[in-house]
Amino acid sequence: MPYSPLLVKPMRDELTASGVEELLTAEDVDRWMTEGSGTALLVVNSVCGCAAGMARPGVRAALDEGPRPDRVASVFAGQDLEATARARAHFPDIPPSSPSLALFKDGELVYFVPRHRIEGRSAEDLAADLVGAFRQHSGAASEVPA
Amino acid sequence: MGTFHQDRHPLHGITVVVATSGGDGAPEVYVGRCDDIDAERVILLDADAHRDGDGGHSNDEWVRRAAEYGVWPRHPRVVLPRARVASVQPLGEVSATTPSS
Repeated sequence: MPYSPLLVKPMRDELTASGVEELLTAEDVDRWMTEGSGTALLVVNSVCGCAAGMARPGVRAALDEGPRPDRVASVFAGQDLEATARARAHFPDIPPSSPSLALFKDGELVYFVPRHRIEGRSAEDLAADLVGAFRQHSGAASEVPA
Repeated sequence: MGTFHQDRHPLHGITVVVATSGGDGAPEVYVGRCDDIDAERVILLDADAHRDGDGGHSNDEWVRRAAEYGVWPRHPRVVLPRARVASVQPLGEVSATTPSS
């Protein structure tokens, strides 16, 4: 059963404040998944403690450090049920978990962090993993500093 | 290391691997979200299970696959007698590429 929208709003705002687009309907998800090429990070948000303590702060830190994916969006598991189900349909072989993080490149899933790889870690460690994946798939890893 | 419920086991909310003796059959392994652990039982939510050798896969192979992306929640709630439990380990500590301990 979804929580009160009032309770969940700060958990949504924490990501939207970093420029993460909220996908509230299945149509939103379909549009976002097909609207462009390049790298795209999808955050499966959640009310649980590891979303608050690790996933959202880790995503924010990774986006701040960059290279930022071309597009970043979120669905909220347990709240926006239709949007979350449609998002998970884009990686049907992966068991559902939340929070979780999916990085796409040109529409193809290239990196995935399930809940159990978020639990018990620090936001800093998660951010470092994400930055590594952003660099690898954005091509930034091949750039040689001057 | 778990979530913010001080009346629960420290692994509450954490996805764990539970190895069991299997009783009369082959050893079984469970992966699920730990709800609680006490002197009598281990309670898992949204769990899946594997019996050593089923489908041609050892328990180690099945756990390594689970360590990559997780498990499907085939059992909403599993209660395991503590006497059957050989070990409990966070799934996040299991490498997807090397044998589990």
